[in-house]
Amino acid sequence: MKARFRFALAVGVLGLLMTGPFLLAALLLYAEARDVERAVFAGFLVPRLPLVVVVAVMGLIAGMVALRGLFRPYVQGLPRMAETLRLMLGANRNFRVALEGPPEVRDLARATNDLAQQRDELLLDVETRIRQAKATVEEEKNRLAALMSELALGVVVCNLDGRILLYNSRARLQFKALAQGPTSMSGGALIGLGRSIFSILERGQITHALENIQQRLRRGSAEPTANFITSTRTGQLLRAQMAPVIAPTAEAEREPQVTGYVLTIENITRSFEREAERDQALQSLTDGSRAALANIRAAVETLIDSPEMEADYRERFMRVIADETSAMSGRLEATMSRFADALKTRWPLEDVLGIDILAAAARRIEDRLQLPIKNEDQDATLWMRVDSFALIQAITFLASRLRDDYAIRELRLRLCAEGNMVFVDLIWSGTPVSSETLYAWELEPMNVGAETSPLTLRDVIERHGGEIWYQRDKAAHNAFFRIVLPAAVMPDAQAMDPAQHLHSDSRPEYYDFDLFAARDAEGSGIDPDRRLTDLVYSVFDTETTGLEPSNGDEIIQMGAVRIVNNRLLRQEIFDQLVDPVIPLKPEGMLIHGITEAMLNGQPRLDVVLSAFHEFCAETVLVAHNAAFDMRFLQLKEDSLGVRFTQPVLDTLLLSAVIHPNQESHSLESIAERFGINVIGRHTALGDAYVTGEVFLKMIPLLADMGILTLRQALDAAQETWFARVKY
Amino acid sequence: MSHRILIVDDEPNIVISLEYLMKKEGFQVAVATNGEAALQRATEFAPDLILLDIMMPKKSGFEVCQALRANPALAAAKIIMLTAKGRETEIAKGLALGADAYITKPFSTKDLVLRIKSLLA
Repeated sequence: MKARFRFALAVGVLGLLMTGPFLLAALLLYAEARDVERAVFAGFLVPRLPLVVVVAVMGLIAGMVALRGLFRPYVQGLPRMAETLRLMLGANRNFRVALEGPPEVRDLARATNDLAQQRDELLLDVETRIRQAKATVEEEKNRLAALMSELALGVVVCNLDGRILLYNSRARLQFKALAQGPTSMSGGALIGLGRSIFSILERGQITHALENIQQRLRRGSAEPTANFITSTRTGQLLRAQMAPVIAPTAEAEREPQVTGYVLTIENITRSFEREAERDQALQSLTDGSRAALANIRAAVETLIDSPEMEADYRERFMRVIADETSAMSGRLEATMSRFADALKTRWPLEDVLGIDILAAAARRIEDRLQLPIKNEDQDATLWMRVDSFALIQAITFLASRLRDDYAIRELRLRLCAEGNMVFVDLIWSGTPVSSETLYAWELEPMNVGAETSPLTLRDVIERHGGEIWYQRDKAAHNAFFRIVLPAAVMPDAQAMDPAQHLHSDSRPEYYDFDLFAARDAEGSGIDPDRRLTDLVYSVFDTETTGLEPSNGDEIIQMGAVRIVNNRLLRQEIFDQLVDPVIPLKPEGMLIHGITEAMLNGQPRLDVVLSAFHEFCAETVLVAHNAAFDMRFLQLKEDSLGVRFTQPVLDTLLLSAVIHPNQESHSLESIAERFGINVIGRHTALGDAYVTGEVFLKMIPLLADMGILTLRQALDAAQETWFARVKY
Repeated sequence: MSHRILIVDDEPNIVISLEYLMKKEGFQVAVATNGEAALQRATEFAPDLILLDIMMPKKSGFEVCQALRANPALAAAKIIMLTAKGRETEIAKGLALGADAYITKPFSTKDLVLRIKSLLA
C-alpha cells in the first residue's frame, strides 16, 4: 500500500509541476495587465478554456504513463521477488528468481540466485556429512553387536538409571537359565531393552560398585572396574564385572563423566560349589591332618623318650598311633575321591585402599543408622584384599547391633596394621559388650533395617580368611571390635603411568552411542504427559474359551510383545498357553485352533497372570478391543491378587479417532488400511504382533491430529462414538 | 613344690601323650575334655599353666581363654594355646585374648616342654 500511496503522491506532484508554472505565469501576467488588456485576455481565453484543459489533462495522462512505466519494473517487481524468495526459503529449495525487469533489478535477482546456490551447496554438504556420520555410527553399532554376540560372556549395558540399553544373546540365555517359574514363560523376560537391571541384580551392589568405580576414576586409575558376586532370587551365584562407560569430555574437564556401565556376567554357581568343596578338601587335608599328626608325633616322641614305660602304657600309645594313622589314611582316601575335579574360582577379593572402605562404611552407617562416625588413627597407606560390599555390610551390621542393643551414641573407626594383617577397629565408649554377644552376632544373618543378607558375619570373616574379636581397652575406657584382614600389596602403583591414563586414545571408541543420553523419568509410575513416542508398551492379546467372562469363560492363551523406542521388539515376548480348568467349546476351537491336549499340563491362570504382570510392569498396555481382554483380567484381579493399574490404550478406539468415517474397525480392516501383512492371526502372540504394528502406524497419524501425549490419546479414545457405545 | 598343669583337649589321643609327658616332667596334672569342664576344673585345681586346645565342643578355646582372663583368681596362670589351625589371624586373636603362647599342631614334644618350663620359670 505504501508503494501505491507514493505513486499517487508522485502523480499529484507531476500534475502540479505540469500545470503550476502556466497558472503562475498566467496569474502574474493577469495581475500586471491593465483592465482593458484583462478584458481582452479573458475574452480571448475563456471560450478556449476547454481546449487548454484537455491539453493539460492529456499532458498529465502522458506524464502518468511515463511515471508508471518507470515505477512498475522497479517498485512492483520487488514484492514479486520477495514472494519467490519466501518460496525458495520454504517449500521449494530449487526455485529461482526469474531474471526480468530493468538491469538493476536483474542484477539483484542474479545476486539472490547466486546466494541461493551457495546455500544449497552448503546444505547438501552438511547433509552428506550427516549421512556419512550416520553410516559410520551404524557400522560401529553393527560391529559392536557382532562382537558382542560372539562373546561367551553375558554382556549387559545400562545407563545410570539402571535401564538396559543393550544386551547380548548370551546374557539372555544366562538369565533365562536362571528364570524359574513365571519368568521362563517369556524366555527370561526380565532382561529387555528399557527394563531395569535391578529386577535381576541387587540395587545395593550395583550402586556400591558404581561408587567404587567413581572413586577409582577420581584417583586416575587405569582400570576403573569393579567385581562383585551376587546371588539371584533363585539362589544362583553370578559373578559380575562392571566397567564404566565414560562420556568423551573436553580436555579441560578433569572429572570423567560416567554415563552408564557395561556388566559382564558369568554364572558361577557350579564352579563356586566346586570351589567350596575344594576348599573343604584342602581344609580337611591340612587342618584335619594337623590334629592327627600332632597326636601321632606326641605319642611317638613320648615312646622314644620313655624307654622305661610300662608295657600296658606302651600298648596304649601304640594303639593311638595305629588309630590315628589308619584314620588319616581313610580321610585322605575319602577326600581324594570326593574332590577329584574342582575348578579354580574364588570369591573375587579386590585390592582396595583401606580408608576407602572405612569412608564408604562411615557414609553408609551415618546414612542408614544416623549414627555419628569419627575417624581415629587411620593409616591411609594400607591396602586390603576384600570383598568390599560384604565387608561394609559387616561393619554396618555391627554398628546397627551396637546402636540397637547397647544404645551407643558414637562410633569411631580405626585402621592400623601389623605385619601382614590389617586391623579394622570399631571403637565405642561406655557400655561394654560381652564376648558371648559377639559370638551370637557372628552367627546371625546380617540384617540391617529392611536390608537383608543371607550371609552371617562369620561367613564374611571366613571368606576373607580373617578373624574378629572383642577387646576392652581399660586404660582408654573404651571397647572395640577388631576385624583382622590380610593386607594386600599396593596394587595400583603402576596405575599412575601416564601412558595408560584414562584420557589416552587407547580405549576403543564405543561411546558415541546416543543410547546413553536416554535418561528416563519413568521410575515407578507412568507419566501421562509423556509423548507417545517415548513410552514403553506391552501389546497383548488373549484367546479365550468364549466371549463371556462373567458366564465362566476363561483365558486359554496370552501373548504379548514389547514396544521400546518406537520399535516392536520381536525377541521380547510373552507367549503362554493356560489351562482353563474348564472344558473347551467346540466353536471356539475353530477360531483359535487350540485343543484340550495342548492345554494339558500347562500352568493355570494364577501363575501365568503373575508372570504377565511382571512382564508388563511399568509399561502402557495396548490391546485391540482392550475392553474385552481387560474384563477377563479384571474379573480375576481379586481372586488372584494381581492388579493391572497401568493405562490401557485400545487400537480399536484409536482407529475410530483417526478414521471416524470408516465402517469397520476390526483388526483385519485396520491392518489392511495400513498395509500390514497379517500372519498368524488368532494366536495370542500373532494378534499381539499385528496390534503392535498397527499401533506404531497410528502414533504419527495421531500426532498429525495434535494428539501427542498419552493423556491426550486416552482422552481422545474416551470421547469416540465407539467408547460411548461400548462402555 | 611342683607346678600344676591343666590339660584341656577333647581328643583322648593327644591327652594321653600330654598327660604322660607332663607327669614324667614331674608336674601335677589335671585333665578337662571340654570348655565348660575346663573352667570348673581351673577354679578347683588352680593350675600354674593351662594347655588349651581351641577346637572343642561347647566352648571354644578362645572363649575359655577370655573367661579365664576375666577371673582375677586365675590371673597368674599361664595359658598355652594348642591349635590345629595355623593361621596368622587366629594366632593374633589368641594372643589378643590373653594367651601367653601359641603352639601349632603338630608340635615337637621337646619344644613344648621347653616352652612350658620357660613360662613357669
